[in-house]
This record gives sequence, structure tokens and C-alpha cells, in this order.
Amino acid sequence: MRAADANSSVKSRGIAALFILTVLVLAVLPDLLSTYYLGLVIEILIFALFAMSLDLLIGYTGMASLGHAAYFGVAAYAVGLLAIKLHWSVWSALPAALIIVAAVATLFGLLALRTRGSYFLMITLALSQVAWGIAFGWRSLTGGDDGLPNLPRPELAAHWSLAGDRPFYFFILLLEGAGVLLLTRLATSPFGFALRGIRESETRMQALGYDVWRYKFAAFIVAAVFAGLAGALYAYYNRFVSPDYLGVFRSAEVLLMVILGGAGTLIGPAIGAAVIVLLENLVSAYTERWLIVIGTIYILVALFAPNGIIGFIRDFRARRAKS
Amino acid sequence: MTFWLIQALNGISYGMLLFLLASGLSLIFGVMKILNLTHGSFYLLGGYFGLVVLQETGSFILAVLGASLAIALIGIVIERFFLRRFHLQQLPQVLVTFGFLFIFSDIATVIWGANPQTMPRPELFAGSLQFAGFYYPTYRLFIIGFGLCVAAFLWWLQDGTRVGAMLRASVDNEEIARALGINVSLLFTLVFGLGAFLAALGGVMGGPILGVYPGADFEVLLLGFVVVIIGGLGSLKGALFGGLVVGLLDNFGKVFFPELALFTIFAPMALILAIRPAGLFGRE
Repeated sequence: MRAADANSSVKSRGIAALFILTVLVLAVLPDLLSTYYLGLVIEILIFALFAMSLDLLIGYTGMASLGHAAYFGVAAYAVGLLAIKLHWSVWSALPAALIIVAAVATLFGLLALRTRGSYFLMITLALSQVAWGIAFGWRSLTGGDDGLPNLPRPELAAHWSLAGDRPFYFFILLLEGAGVLLLTRLATSPFGFALRGIRESETRMQALGYDVWRYKFAAFIVAAVFAGLAGALYAYYNRFVSPDYLGVFRSAEVLLMVILGGAGTLIGPAIGAAVIVLLENLVSAYTERWLIVIGTIYILVALFAPNGIIGFIRDFRARRAKS
Repeated sequence: MTFWLIQALNGISYGMLLFLLASGLSLIFGVMKILNLTHGSFYLLGGYFGLVVLQETGSFILAVLGASLAIALIGIVIERFFLRRFHLQQLPQVLVTFGFLFIFSDIATVIWGANPQTMPRPELFAGSLQFAGFYYPTYRLFIIGFGLCVAAFLWWLQDGTRVGAMLRASVDNEEIARALGINVSLLFTLVFGLGAFLAALGGVMGGPILGVYPGADFEVLLLGFVVVIIGGLGSLKGALFGGLVVGLLDNFGKVFFPELALFTIFAPMALILAIRPAGLFGRE
């Protein structure tokens, strides 16, 4: 028992050290990297948060959504429209976007949570395609497939612009960090454990007195809001929003990030996001056939790494501990 | 009056194409519990293959048969070598079928380019039929009749044959069916092949009226989903009914509310979900 305690305190000290090290590395990165590579780091941070938000649904609650990009894109369009057409500052546009995402998720959640399993997959995909259809079809508002160009970088106050790479990087880092910490806290809170219980057995949780539907509904909205935060930041980063943001391809890509990294671990999907973002940049330097490449990755992951990178490492460790 | 009749016939003929697509989707799900995201690719590749055969041989019948059989073969290969091992594992199935959807979509763009291709109508049905004072293309009427024939055939297959009885047995209880000596794995392969065949059939038959174009794979996959959500996964009756409903809604939606065409399909879908989550003819 005491040995186990000591072990876990060593482990938590190790995690704390790793955390501080990560923060330090991220803090000095702008001094080490060129604009291009700093941009890649920003993309990884954004997609890591996006993938972690989906992990709350897939890995923790056991609800596989095929339409998670809807919330990413709705928030991106919300900040885009508010900033470009109404000239709202980031202080009002970003919270407003998150509220809009929560409202959309409430509506979609009420419909999607009528179903489970394959029906849930289909209905989430179908609903996200409705959002895509609006973004694509309502030209006068969204610009159709031309998208919304010239989204200004946020200004924190008059003359305190985040247009430079460095300040913008720290702006993203701060919000991302806050989002990741919140999500991690949530996952290890009683709420997070209730979600895991639902993943294992809904009927048992019901018997224990949990209102399963309400937990699933809450998880659905929370996951959407975090995806929305990622989407809004991506819009500010790219300074551009297009229907691709909420397309089925993005939904599938974030699903791949989650499974490639290891569903149900939070850190795994973040690693998965980093791998896919880096790979996409690497591959697109050589060929335009990214769809064939990523399609092949989907199949390879299913065949050879169904538990993701984290699962692979765990298996490897367990095997070494045995021998 | 004429306007309504023509639009209704357009909707019904489109609905029949959706039925061909959705019956395969529904059959595969009903028997194997696989949500086949590659189904739209089978439709699209069916259209392109049909185009190639038509250009080579000039025969529409050969185009329909050749393309559909080729796609059925592709389906069988995917089932045997990629999906078989993930029986009842949802996430790996989603990954594999998504993967093939993206690969096929990109390959199709590489081979046939980004521009829509048109397919000529078969000569026999190239003209128009005149009745009650208006003209209507015979090819669309042919599609309606053809769809009804396929529906009748599938019904007979399901309810009137030994294979159909085996199918129903494996749907009801797979383990008992295996224990009774039914070769369920062979049945699965055949079902997946038949589903792919039906999707490709829809792709070739639809070619002369809709064209064959990149992005159609995603488009019809989505409509196929709506059809089975409305009708109920695993139900032949549901696929036929849902196909007709979605075909009509889509057609009239595009006529009356061109900017919001998707809503005329999705609002009824949401309504049905709210009342009957398993679809009109589905079983929970």
C-alpha cells in the first residue's frame, strides 16, 4: 500500500515536472522557431483542443459523433461574421460565438440524443451537413464557397493589437492552455467519472440513480463548446472562414486524430492531432493527393493501431513488464 | 396541374434512384450491423465505370451490368479483407469505410477530373412520351418501372427464397443461425456485394439524368442516410418509402426554396426522429 502511494506520488511529481517542462518549452518557442514553424505549432495547439473535445464524447462517454466539425465551424463563422460585419472586438465576439455554439449544440443534441449507435453516427453527420449546407448555400450572409476573407487579428484594447506572430501565439497559448486544463479537470471530476460509467454500462448507471440522458446531454454541449473555442481561434489564426471548416472531411479528420492518438486518454488525441497536422504539411509539400494518403492512414490505423499510439505504448510496456 | 404532375414524376424517379442506393445501405446494416460510409463511392464509381463501358461498347445494358458487377466485386474484396475482422466493432468499421470513401473520391478525381460528365440516355428511352397533353421523358418513366422491379425482386429474395430465410435467420439471431449450419460469413460477403451492386446500379441508372460528378459520393451518402433514418435501418419497406419521400421533398424543395433545399429534407427527418427514433419501419 505504502509502496503504491510512493509510486503514485513519484508518478504525479513526474507529471508535474513534465507539465512545467512543456510550459517552459512552449514559452520559449517563438524565440526558436521561424514564422512558418510557429504557425504549425499554433495549428497543432488548436487541433489538439478540438480532438480532446471530441474525446470527451467518444473516449469518455462512448458516443461516436461524425459531425463534430459543425461546432468548430459554427463558432468560426460566428466570430467571423461578428468581427467582419459588426466590428465586434474579440472580447465580445469570442464569448458570443461560444454561446451561439452552445445554443446550436442544444438543438442538435436534443435531436441526436434521441438515438444511439449507428443512428447517432448518421444523425450527427446529417446535422453537420445541414450546417455545411447553410454556410455553402446562404451566399449573401456567408459568402458561399468563397468564405469570409479578411478577418482581422484580435485587438485586446485600443492600439494593443495581436497582429504580430509573437503576441498572437501567446494569446492562443493562453486560451488553449485554459481550455485544456478545464477539459482535463472535467474529465477527472465526478462528472467525468459518471461519463465513463455511462460508456461502460448505461443501464447500470441508471440503476445507480444517475440521470443518464442529462449527463450525455451535458457532455454533448460541453464538447461542442470546446470544439467551438478551437474553431474560433482557428478563424482568428487563418483570418479566413470557409464551408470546409464544418465539412464532413474535418469531422472525419478529428475522429482520426482521436483514434490515432488513443481514445479516452485526452493526451492521446492531442498527440494524434500533432501527428496529423505535421504529416499533412509534410505530405502536401510533395503531392496534392492528400485524400489518398489520409484515407490509407484511416485504414492502417484501424488494422494495426486500433487503440492508438497511447494504447500501443501501454501494450509495449505491459509486455516488457511481463518478460 | 401539368406542373405538379411533372414535378411529382421527377421526384418519384429520383426517389427510385435513392431507393436503389438506400436498399443496399439498409440491407448491409440490417444483416451485418455495418454503417457503410463507402456506399456513396459505390454509387459514384458505378457511374464512372458505366460511362467507360458505354463509351467502349455503346451498349447501355452492358454498362449497367458490367459496372454494377465490377463494383460488387470491389465491395466483396473490401468486406473479405478489411471489414470481416471488425465484426460488430463500430469505430474500426467507421475508420475503414471512411478511408475507402476518401481514397475512391481522390482516385476518381485523378482519373476523371473535376468536371461533371454527362451520360447519354439509352436509345430505346431517348424520346418523350406524350399523354394528357404534355410530354415526359420516357427514361425517367423507365427508372420508375425499373426501381419497382428491383423492389419486387428484393422482396421475393427476402420473403420467398431459401437465401432470404437464411438472411432473416441471421438478422434475428446470428449465433443460432451459425449453429443451425447456415454459412453466415458467406452470407455476409454476398450481402455486402449485393449492397454495392445496388448502389452502383443507382449510379449508372442516374447518370443520364443527373450526370456523374465529383462530390456526388458525399451527396448521395447523405441522402441515403436521410432515407434510412426516415424509413428505418434494415427495412426494405422503409428504404422504398423513405426513398420516395426524400425524392419528392428534394425535388419540390429545390423548386420552391432553392436556397434552403436541404431544410425541406431535414426538417421532416428531425420530426420523424422526434416521434419515432428508429424510423417509420425500423425496429429498435
